[in-house]
Amino acid sequence: MYNYYLIIVLAPLAAAIIAGLAGKSIGRAGAHWVTIAGVGTACLLSLIVLKNLFWGGAPAENIDVYTWAMTDGLHMKVGFLVDRLTALMMCVVTFVSLMVHIYTIGYMHDDPGYQRFFSYISLFTFAMLMLVMSNNFLQLFFGWEAVGLVSYLLIGFWYKKETAIFANLKAFLVNRVGDFGFILGIAGVVMFTGSLDYAEVFASADNVAAQNIEVFSGTPWNAMTVICILLFIGAMGKSAQAPLHVWLPDSMEGPTPISALIHAATMVTAGIFMVARMSPLFELSTTALAVVIVIGSITAFFMGLLGIVQNDIKRVVAYSTLSQLGYMTVALGASAYSAAIFHLMTHAFFKALLFLAAGSVIIAMHHEQDIRKMGGLKKYMPITYWTSLIGTLALIGFPGSSGFFSKDLLIEAVKESHWHGQGAVYWIAYLSVLLGVFVTALYSFRMFFLVFHGKERMDAETKSHLHETPTVVTAPLILLAIPSAIIGWFTVGPVLFGNYFGEAIFVTESKDVVAHLGDTFWHGSWALVTHIYKSPVFYLAAAGTLTAWFLYLKRPDVPQTIKDRLPGVYNVLDRKYYFDDLWIKGFAGGGRQFGQFLWKKGDEFLIDGVLVNGTAKTVGRLAGVLRQIQTGYLYTYAFAMIIGLTALLGWLIWLR
Amino acid sequence: MIGLEHYLTLAAMLFVLSLAGIIINRRNLILLLMCIELMLLAVNFNFIAFSRYLGDETGQVFVFFILTVAAAEAAIGLAILVVLFRNRRSIAVQELNTLKG
Repeated sequence: MYNYYLIIVLAPLAAAIIAGLAGKSIGRAGAHWVTIAGVGTACLLSLIVLKNLFWGGAPAENIDVYTWAMTDGLHMKVGFLVDRLTALMMCVVTFVSLMVHIYTIGYMHDDPGYQRFFSYISLFTFAMLMLVMSNNFLQLFFGWEAVGLVSYLLIGFWYKKETAIFANLKAFLVNRVGDFGFILGIAGVVMFTGSLDYAEVFASADNVAAQNIEVFSGTPWNAMTVICILLFIGAMGKSAQAPLHVWLPDSMEGPTPISALIHAATMVTAGIFMVARMSPLFELSTTALAVVIVIGSITAFFMGLLGIVQNDIKRVVAYSTLSQLGYMTVALGASAYSAAIFHLMTHAFFKALLFLAAGSVIIAMHHEQDIRKMGGLKKYMPITYWTSLIGTLALIGFPGSSGFFSKDLLIEAVKESHWHGQGAVYWIAYLSVLLGVFVTALYSFRMFFLVFHGKERMDAETKSHLHETPTVVTAPLILLAIPSAIIGWFTVGPVLFGNYFGEAIFVTESKDVVAHLGDTFWHGSWALVTHIYKSPVFYLAAAGTLTAWFLYLKRPDVPQTIKDRLPGVYNVLDRKYYFDDLWIKGFAGGGRQFGQFLWKKGDEFLIDGVLVNGTAKTVGRLAGVLRQIQTGYLYTYAFAMIIGLTALLGWLIWLR
Repeated sequence: MIGLEHYLTLAAMLFVLSLAGIIINRRNLILLLMCIELMLLAVNFNFIAFSRYLGDETGQVFVFFILTVAAAEAAIGLAILVVLFRNRRSIAVQELNTLKG
């Protein structure tokens, strides 16, 4: 299998290099063929790896490929840890990436940066695979930063667009905040275990949890809690959890395929994957898990609310991504790692689908993204319509769809996570995910109805050109719609309750809510679908859908009335809880003012003014005074000599 | 009775007088040279006074040396003065300020 792993990682890299450096000579078709071949190979081999691990019963492999550097007993290696968790991620990443590659042929058809784009997305696939296949923290960090870099490049892909440049800088800076925590967390791991290797770190996890660290002297904190929270700050940046979520909606400035690939399906799930991978560490710190669950709850519910007031089709999907990432984080905090990863997988399919469908609509509308100017697209774009419907139903958790299984079981798992106590943490988490269902259904169907149903609000010019998008665009939609619809049926049992992850995910027995669900709640996929009426989730989703139907199809005047009646609420939502103001004006503006202060007062006044020029001026002035003595007249010098001699003699005679 | 202190006082007065001459004089370089001679004479005075007081003739021998050197020095000084006058048409001290660094 060793060769397979190398090929899986290196094929997309080679394709990216070829398409990037030799893009001119191989031409546009050459660029897309070479990258599709690279990612396709990786996808195929990933599926074989998954098959071997799952059906073939192959053991998890932990291989060191290369020792990059060795210092003070710390081995910095490149290596692969391929277990079932990794294999699942590899398949999701490469499959979605492959779909996006194909889709891009249609979406970027007329773009001058065609080869560059393919090179980037292939490079991204390489980086993401390095991240998930890593067997040590350093390589994880490499992948982590590499996906961040490619994300930066792709958000600013249209580098002549002012807003895109702003957005990519914002994404980069906000991610730096998270990465700062992440690298401190890794430093903590090295400090306490002296190793970067997962296996060694996990083996000494108990030892770390028994130690304390004094970040501020006099207040000892549990070392594991500190490490886990720092690592989670990294995950907050990458997986866009409040309050570090602000970069994700803005990243929609990039081309739609990358929104689907990076900002919905794969890169933003890196944080979720990382926490699941670190489950042996997180399990040892209840405090860290409580932090995780609270942050996740806030993101899940409040970011969902923002989706209701957005008018840009991609931003609605972006906020739904934030909300769904919040769900996954809540599951992590509830120790239901497998539920989180399962939701990650289903979400990757249906969210990539929704994004690509949104992109398809955008192509048809000639790059108009405002859903207020759409409507009634159903009859013009049947394939996009039906695939979007599948994606939306999966997102709100329609019984039987993939999202239904993952989300329903996730919520059940949170409900069972009593070990957080019956206190505030438990209720915040449970109510957030429960109410989030209603909100999700509301904003999803709001967008769906506004785009595909109702009055046709576009101008006549656009309307006359409306038609279904080409096959390269619709084919990935269909290929993604299939797993979105059905993958839940046959994967939920084995993944969640069949001990799929085995050793890859470690859960303390007393906290193992998923196993508990398996014993008490789980009676097969079919039973789950037929017993939906017992669960509040179903009613909330239905209520959300009906509300959306009533507000946006039946009585389209009502939303405006609500908006006029509640201007305060609307404003808060429209300004995104003022988080942008907080970061941009507060932190960035404050930073700039502080910099201005240091520049003007510290640099110009103190260093340049007082120290450098001040010294020179003082010396100059002093010299100007002293120069008066030097007249050039002999008698002055003689006088000075005599004064000096007298003084010296006086000192010798009387004072000594 | 005239004692050692009187001789020393006179010598000191001569010395200070010549010093004042060097500092105060702004006009004539010749005066400067004369003041230097006077300074040497004041020193000679001290030599002789101490020689007599201590009963040691070495001091008087020294005076002869100093007088010889002073004569030579005066000759050189005057020669320089003549050359200076030729070059600058003036021997006024207040115009000789080219010693500035």
